[in-house]
Amino acid sequence: MTAPRLLTGGEAVAHAFRQIAPDVVPVYPITPQTPIIQAFSSMVAAGDVGTAIVNVESEHSAMSAAIGSALSGARTVTATSSQGLALMAEVVFIAASMRAPIVMAVGNRALSGPINIHCDHSDAMLVRDSGVVQLFAENAQEAYDLTLVATRVAEAPAVSLPVLVCQDGFTITHAAEPVTLLDDEQVEAFVGPYTLGHSLLDTAHPATFGPFAMPDYYFELRRAQAAALESALSVFQFAAADLARLTGRTLAPASPYRLEDARTAVVALGSTCGTIKDAVDDLRASGVDAGLLQIRSFRPFPTQHARALLAAVPEVVVLDRADSPGGAPPLAAEIAYALRGTGTEVRSYVYGLGGRDLHPAEIADAVVAGTSRYLGLRGLACPA
Amino acid sequence: MPQLTPWESLPPGGLVPAGTATQAATGAWRTSGRPVLTLDRCVNCLLCWLYCPDSAVELDGTTVTAIDYEHCKGCELCVEVCPVSAIAMEPER
Repeated sequence: MTAPRLLTGGEAVAHAFRQIAPDVVPVYPITPQTPIIQAFSSMVAAGDVGTAIVNVESEHSAMSAAIGSALSGARTVTATSSQGLALMAEVVFIAASMRAPIVMAVGNRALSGPINIHCDHSDAMLVRDSGVVQLFAENAQEAYDLTLVATRVAEAPAVSLPVLVCQDGFTITHAAEPVTLLDDEQVEAFVGPYTLGHSLLDTAHPATFGPFAMPDYYFELRRAQAAALESALSVFQFAAADLARLTGRTLAPASPYRLEDARTAVVALGSTCGTIKDAVDDLRASGVDAGLLQIRSFRPFPTQHARALLAAVPEVVVLDRADSPGGAPPLAAEIAYALRGTGTEVRSYVYGLGGRDLHPAEIADAVVAGTSRYLGLRGLACPA
Repeated sequence: MPQLTPWESLPPGGLVPAGTATQAATGAWRTSGRPVLTLDRCVNCLLCWLYCPDSAVELDGTTVTAIDYEHCKGCELCVEVCPVSAIAMEPER
């Protein structure tokens, strides 16, 4: 392990990519993902890693090329954001159904419209049901660590699926923090060689990949795919435990912070969890027993973990950085489902759309009073 | 009809090994008669074998022998391409 370096989240993930040493990276630039692939391209140009970067003409092509590459036996990673993920979405579903192990860095950014380049989670939530693994980092260090874990999860034979490592656009992608990297040899040993059950290029055993499925098989194939995604939870825990032995840093699918005696638990994804920890400390100092449940694995969702960790908490406040107009926001829906039948009160709040900052005072307001379900929104209060 | 596989026994991604198309009895799709081959007229040019999208023209070595009605979908391409009218559509029997 080297001394901490000052790196942005984008640069940290570029270093993770360099150390994972993908054979192929088909990618198209888009803000705020661009710094990831810009930094990585410099490393390739400098000869630090022998990757073939494929400059495709769109994100739809990027994911299409990634499928062919990954299923041919080449370790494949890519990266995108917002509209790029939206354009890619059709092929993301197909990558999952073809069980293509692809690691994808996502710099989370609001979907158009109105067009915006700043952070929210609407892009990731657009592909929530695509069958891919979705991990959310709190900071640059976690973005690096999760990218290493993601490689193990994606390539585990029981999983063999795309894994999205989500980091908040600008807040993480562009902000420099101290990041501790593993040695190249440690990462090489941690991720191991890329192996595949059946390669597209195995001409001795030709096969049809991604076949048409009629009503007699579509349902069974979808269920088999869902089972692979579900198995990612234990693979994540196993890989994270292996990584913790090297780094001393633990990464759970759901992590509690000051939750053991809490009266109110806040549940959230991504960089906001850092702000919430400070808000929890402030609330505790003023006599309010608050805590945090940080969700790192949104897909598969750690439903039983969340239920167990929130079992003793009478009141749960869920903060979503994506709205579901006309229905329950995505994280709130998961928590309400996890806590069904327990009688725990679940309150749902939406914050931070299009890069709107969330201040500790607004988190405290949600915990203590919580009159409007949109935090930091100007205008009429919208009843929670 | 092959036995239907339960979800837990399917190969990852629904991978289908080569050569399994023979298990699908696509002949059941024919709706407007079947192509009937008159071998006396056939000059063995192999155009029907070349054009058939379902590999339903049977050969013995390089000699046309029959039409495989288990897999012929009745598209009539063989009738169209035959230069000596050795294949004609007839009602199903």
